[in-house]
Order: sequence, then C-alpha cells, then structure tokens
Amino acid sequence: MTQTDQHKETVNRRSFLKKAWAWLGVIAGIEFTAVALNMFSSGKRKNAENASAFIETVGFVNDIMPGTVIPVKDGQFYLVRMADGGFMALSLICTHLGCSVRYNSEEKRFICPCHSSAFDLEGNVLNPPAPRALDAYRVFIDQGQVKVDTSRKIRRKKFSPGDLVYA
Amino acid sequence: MKTKSTPESNSRRRQNFILHLHPAKVREASIKFSLTFGLGGMAAVLFLIQVFTGILLRFSYSPTPAEAYDSILSIQNSILFGQLVRNMHHWSGILFVVIAFLHLLRTFYTGAFYPDRRWNWVLGISLMVTVIFANFTGYLLPWDQLAYWAITVSTSMLNYFPVVGDQLTGFIRGGQNVNASTLLIFYNFHTAILPLTIVLLMVFHFWKVRKNNGVVVPENADGEMVPSNPDLVSKELVVALSLIAFVLILSILFNAPLQERADPALSPNPAKAPWYFMGIQELLLHFHPFFGAILIPLLFLTAMIWLPFLRYPKQYRGIWFFNAKGKKLAWLALISATLLVTAGTLLDEYFPDFEIWLKNIPPVISNGLIPFILVSGLIFILTMLVKKKLNPDKSELILFVFSFVIASYALLTIAGVWFRGPGMKLMWP
Repeated sequence: MTQTDQHKETVNRRSFLKKAWAWLGVIAGIEFTAVALNMFSSGKRKNAENASAFIETVGFVNDIMPGTVIPVKDGQFYLVRMADGGFMALSLICTHLGCSVRYNSEEKRFICPCHSSAFDLEGNVLNPPAPRALDAYRVFIDQGQVKVDTSRKIRRKKFSPGDLVYA
Repeated sequence: MKTKSTPESNSRRRQNFILHLHPAKVREASIKFSLTFGLGGMAAVLFLIQVFTGILLRFSYSPTPAEAYDSILSIQNSILFGQLVRNMHHWSGILFVVIAFLHLLRTFYTGAFYPDRRWNWVLGISLMVTVIFANFTGYLLPWDQLAYWAITVSTSMLNYFPVVGDQLTGFIRGGQNVNASTLLIFYNFHTAILPLTIVLLMVFHFWKVRKNNGVVVPENADGEMVPSNPDLVSKELVVALSLIAFVLILSILFNAPLQERADPALSPNPAKAPWYFMGIQELLLHFHPFFGAILIPLLFLTAMIWLPFLRYPKQYRGIWFFNAKGKKLAWLALISATLLVTAGTLLDEYFPDFEIWLKNIPPVISNGLIPFILVSGLIFILTMLVKKKLNPDKSELILFVFSFVIASYALLTIAGVWFRGPGMKLMWP
C-alpha cells in the first residue's frame, strides 16, 4: 500500500463519519419536529377523545314548535325548526371572520355585527361579505330528544334539503 | 485569591464590560443623535422592560380560560403595584412595535439597506415580524372580550389561505374555535418561544452592525474617532433613562384596557383586530379576504425582503431621505397616498361593491382580482408619472414607492382604529 492510498482511505473514513453525523443530525431534527408538532396539537387530541362532551341535548321534539329558533350558548349554535318540522343546527360563527351572528326575530335572519353579513333561517348568505352559508352541526333524534353533535362542523356552500333532520 | 475592589478596579471592570458591547472607539459622525434618534437602542430597552415586567406578571398569571381573567383582576386589584407592572408591560409592548417600526423607517431613509447591509436588513424584518407576533400572542392572555374577539377575527383571516386555510387555523388555535388550547399555545409562544427568538435575532442583528463598522454614516463624513465610553455610552444612557421615565409616566396616567370577561357567544360591535393588523382588516372591507388578508400582506413582506437585493447604480448613505429630490418625493408620496386612500375609502363606503354589480362572477374575482388590478394599476401609473416628470434614479424611485406603500398602510391603520364604528361603518372618532 502506497502512502497516497493510505491517505485517501483516512479521508474516506473521515468523510463517511462526517456524513453519518450529518444524517444523524437530520434524523434527530425530524424526530424533534415530530415530537414538537405532536405536543403542539395535544389539546386538539384531548378534545377528540372526549366525544360525549360534544353532544348537546336541546329538548324534546314536541316542545319545539315549528318556525322557532333556539340559541344554545354552550354549543355555540342555533337550533332551527323549520315550518315543515325539519331540524337544523347552525353554527353561530360567521363564515367571514368568525364573529358571532345574532338572530333578528322580526326580519327572521341572522346578522353579523362585525361586517353586517346576513343569513336566512337555512343559513344561506343574504348579504355579503360572508362567502358561504353558516356551517351546520349534525342533528339527531334520540329517545324523543333533539341532540346536536358539536364535535365537527359541516361546511357547505349553501343550504340543501338534505341538511334537515325530521323526527 | 480575592482581589480587593478599589475605585480604579471598578472603573476598569465597567470599561471592560462596555467594551464587550461596543468597540473602543466609534466614528464621531455615527453617534450624532439626529442620524438615528437612538431608535434601535430604544427597541432594545423596551425589550428589556418587557422581559422584566413579563417575568413579574408570569408569577401571578394562569393561562386557563377559567382563571386567566380573574388572575388579571387580582394582579390589578390585590397585588402591590400589580396594575403599574401590567400597565408598563402593556404600554411598552405597544411602544416596542411602534419604535421597531420607526427604526425600520430610519434604516430605509438613511440608506442603511444597501447590499453591504442587506442581511442585516433581512434580520431586521425578521425581528419586526417576531415583535409583532410577540405582541399578538400577548393580546389573547387577558381573556377579556377585546382579547378573545381580536384573536378570533385575526386568526379567521388565515381561513382564506388557499387549500390549507382551515387546517392552518385549526392548528394555530388547537381546535375549531379560540379555546383553552389556543390560550396555552399563545402563552407558550408569548413567554418562551418568541422572547428567545428575539434574543437570538437581536444578538445577530447587533453583531452585524459591528461587522459593518457601526451605523451608516454620510460618505463625506470625516473619520474622526471618539471613545465609546463616555461619548456613546452617555448618549445611550440619556435615551434609555428618558424612555424608561416616559413608559413609567404613561403607565401611571393610563391603565391598560380590560373589558368584560370573554364571552364566545357574544361578539362586541365592532370587533376589531389588534391595532397593527387594523390596516389588514381595513383592506378586508374593500377586498376579498384572499387578497386583503393573504396576498397583499405576503406581497408586501416579500417586497420588503427583496428591497436590498435590487441593483442600485447610485446609493445614498447617512443622509435622511437621500437628498433634496428624495425629500420632495417623500412628501409627494405622503400627499398622494393621503388623497388616494381617503378618496378610495369614501368611494367604497358610499358606492356599492363590485360584488353587487357583477353578481354572476365569483366574489374572489369581482371583489378580489378586479379591485386589486385597479389599485396596482393606479400605483403603477403614479410611479410612471413620477418617473417621467421628475426623472429620479433607482434609489429615489424606490424611495417614492416605499413611502407611498408605508403611508397607505399607516392611513388604513388610522382609518381602522379611529374612524370605524359599529358594523365597521365610517364615523368620527
């Protein structure tokens, strides 16, 4: 073995180790990022595990007259019973910038105090700047009671008759 | 062995400490007060005030929706000087954003952004962004109506980020709405991640100034050197002490606001973002959210970072507004921005939106692309007009555009903070 060969070999071993360190560094970086992201969204997961806490019971079907709007503050939604008896739960969060809409019973519309977007009883936009209908929550009837699952918002462009739930 | 402390050794130690921060000698031209107004140093002092008062507040604050508001009340009502400490944290937080911004303007207008200082300009922009987010994350912590809805409105703007908007908002809030997770996330950013980031960026920022042989000076300045201690140090002390006195007086006279406890079911009318984002919220009244909240701010940020990477055949250093023509251009930019922003705001208030005229076109075009093209076209025509009539060189032309954009944003902020009432209708303050 000549002197230069030996020299070459040492450099190779050295550069291999250097590369190995660099790769270990990258892997450690990825691991750290994954752990950090996981920690960051731990609150979200905690909420998801606790599903029953997201079921709001509004009341008995027969107690809610057609054509009424009931604000449910804890669940942040309005329960609407249409004239034909169908139920729908509308999120009270305006789709423009997230202010809470108020129900105006005379005009039968929801009005946002921030940028005066307006929505009808089905959640459709009557007045911009809101870009889409109010989000809905899943309504279901359980032993004669109206219940709403607030764990997930249902996004929609506008109202479709399938959004209504009947007893 | 312990050395005995004598007046001489103390003085030597002090000198030694100062020489770790400053070079032994500085150019006389660089410490002229009217060159920098001590703005960078002021920002550093404000950061220190924030750290000290922040650590104190941290002893009594609980970052949970159930306790946050009450802990603020107890800081104010039952802790000795608690209200004063909170006031100082509040006012110097606002001043920090203002002074950092003025410092940014100073570096631009005295030509400290040219290629030899370009990376320090980029560091400065990063610091500005970090300072704004440090203030923003602190905004939520009192958990009153002001805090809750300002953060709700501001984070909702992210919803309009294409494709990933909803996930992004959900990620930052730690859920669908602003909730307990949001408070904890913001608290952690406000009291650990962002202050640490500021420290690191700041050290880097200072080091870069040293590498550039101190702050920018006029090219024809004579090279006379003076000792940093006392010539520079005494000036720094005067600025720092005056600033601390100012913050104290402000905090004695005016209390930090605290509204009713946050109520997620009841937004106040109007619901406003923090003041430094009011320019963006004001843009939202005129543009589709994708343009107002995402595209225009990102373009602005990109342009700011791009600035020192342009080629400048002629460069002006150490003289405010470059020269007589630069001064004229700055005034022209201020006046034209005032006229155009006022006219535009009034027009949009009293004439129907494009969205209502052009019902069949999606709002992102009718209320987004069309007004965006109109406004950019207007700025372009204005710039061409200035170029033709006044024949500025590249530096001077950039000064005009920069001034116009900054003045417009400042005016939009003023309109949003003081001239918008219930339903975001125009009104007198």
